[in-house]
Amino acid sequence: MAASATFSYQTPTARGYYGEFGGAFVPEMLFPNVEELRTQYEDILASASFRAEFEQLLRDYVGRPTPLFEARRLSEKYGTRVFLKREDLCHTGAHKINNTVGQILLAQRLGKTRIIAETGAGQHGVATATVCALMGLPCVVYMGAVDIERQAPNVARMRLLGAEVRPATSGSQTLKDATNEAIRDWIANPVDTHYIIGSVVGPHPYPDLVARLQSVISEEIRKQLLEKTGSELPDYVVACVGGGSNAAGAFYHFLDEPSVRLVAVEAAGHGIHSGHSAATSVLGTPGIIHGSRTLLMQDADGQITEPYSLSAGLDYPGIGPLHAWLGASGRARFIAITDDEALRGVAECSRLEGIIPALETAHALAALGQLGAGPDDVVVVNLSGRGDKDLDTYLKNMDKLV
Amino acid sequence: MNRIQTAFAHKQNLLNIYFTAGYPALADTLPLARALVAAGADMLEIGMPFSDPLADGPVIQHSSTVALANGMNIKTLFGQLAPLRQALPDTPVLLMGYLNPVLQFGVENFCREAAAAGVDGLILPDLPVAEYEEEYAETFRRHGLRPVFLVTPQTSEARIRHLDRISEAFLYLVSGPGITGNTGPADTTVQDDYFRRIEAMSLKTPRLVGFGIADQSSFRRACRHADGAIIGSALIKALAGAPDAPAAAAAFVAGIKS
Repeated sequence: MAASATFSYQTPTARGYYGEFGGAFVPEMLFPNVEELRTQYEDILASASFRAEFEQLLRDYVGRPTPLFEARRLSEKYGTRVFLKREDLCHTGAHKINNTVGQILLAQRLGKTRIIAETGAGQHGVATATVCALMGLPCVVYMGAVDIERQAPNVARMRLLGAEVRPATSGSQTLKDATNEAIRDWIANPVDTHYIIGSVVGPHPYPDLVARLQSVISEEIRKQLLEKTGSELPDYVVACVGGGSNAAGAFYHFLDEPSVRLVAVEAAGHGIHSGHSAATSVLGTPGIIHGSRTLLMQDADGQITEPYSLSAGLDYPGIGPLHAWLGASGRARFIAITDDEALRGVAECSRLEGIIPALETAHALAALGQLGAGPDDVVVVNLSGRGDKDLDTYLKNMDKLV
Repeated sequence: MNRIQTAFAHKQNLLNIYFTAGYPALADTLPLARALVAAGADMLEIGMPFSDPLADGPVIQHSSTVALANGMNIKTLFGQLAPLRQALPDTPVLLMGYLNPVLQFGVENFCREAAAAGVDGLILPDLPVAEYEEEYAETFRRHGLRPVFLVTPQTSEARIRHLDRISEAFLYLVSGPGITGNTGPADTTVQDDYFRRIEAMSLKTPRLVGFGIADQSSFRRACRHADGAIIGSALIKALAGAPDAPAAAAAFVAGIKS
């Protein structure tokens, strides 16, 4: 890495700060849980036994390394060289499983016997239920009651995998409230339970832990680009951001490479200023959400407001503290893509490359035209998930897709 | 001596009652406070409603949602607290809430206006002790506001001793694992061990037990090991749907204290 010895975007401070963002703003009831994790995660992740088992499962169970595919027809259309990092080919259909495999191994080493998780669209819930089945651990997934209605196939998957799906009936009954309920469960079960957070959000050390587990994405991209282009470094890395876990993984090994332009793509919903948006980097202000100081969408009284996006994986009212810092420091550029633009991204990737992307991922694809990339530039888009889970939405919007 | 310390110096088995500002109606803060104190509450903990109260169970969550829908916010609450302080000059009043609304109000502004309204202490569960000491202790102190720190069965002895050293109010003993509004454990042995362990530490700071204290028997049991107890969710439940909220509050306190 080209990072200087004194500063790295990769590494938060000992107390979990990226610039002014991060920290661990948790009630005393959670302090011992978070402290246990904080004092042990680095040693466990660095241990030979963890590394060996993590690498073996990523290879034999998840199906890594995922391919880096040169998308010739998208390249032709945008007049630049586009590569797709195929996280959609991971077991369970998205990058989420990289994190859950790592965290279940961590939970075992911490002696935990019960797993809880939150989920929005259900992808992280499915990825958590999957690894719990694999390891034989009981699993409770909190999901907003509204999302349970909207995402019936993923609810069925989780139940088939043996997980208990508990509806979060408080507040807006979506991802934010599911996260609250998971945290409340952890408060009530401080000794035997590990909470597998699904994104680079929450109190320190979660943002760093999840970023490290997802960093396998950029580790592979570097090796694959060297083979395909003769250079480990692309000119652009593009990824969608809800909480920001796939972006954190795709950016990680490029964070301290200033020549690589990092592009984070948020959901503008009906439009950034329409009142129905999830573009946190524009609409958010600093505050505390789920134990982290970061940018979040809130009213003048500091009450957390409900974001909107057609994609259930991007409608989180905050972003991870790493991303808040990448935006504030100018290290990453943020672009916001509307629902309709994302749907056009779905259609384009399906028709030009024969790959039906997840609606979240399509936000990143839809940003290709806004990068300003030239014919000699290498652009890597993190294809974070496949579109099967979104078929209902695609059917309802077929007029915009065909 | 501040009002909190005076109360502990002169009273035993203190009853601290929590209620959510703006619930059941926006203007209920003063009538509820008067009724609670007249019926025997020794201390008031007034909740500043928040959209995402992580440490609270369904009862207080619901009261917060109703209070926010009624239009309660910090500015409105401060407006209600000045007459409350005039009406109840000696009762310790604490504000309980989550950090984010306080940050948006501005910590300096918040502390200044809270002190001007006669607030004695603050309970902000998601303000970590380290952040408090580094960033906010000086501001709190300058305005004469005492923070209350929480202790749980998992809190280490070293950490409890540290909290004891920096406290000028009381320690809030969380009765067991879980959020507010849970009923206490069926088997109380573990809880008694925890309370005795803390009793044996001979701390300088008074202690109130909270979470899961709901009626006279749980109140009395808590008082055996501490200087009193805090009741919140059970009172909120008693207010729900009551035709006369202050009368319901008074009857509830009378049932604990009789």
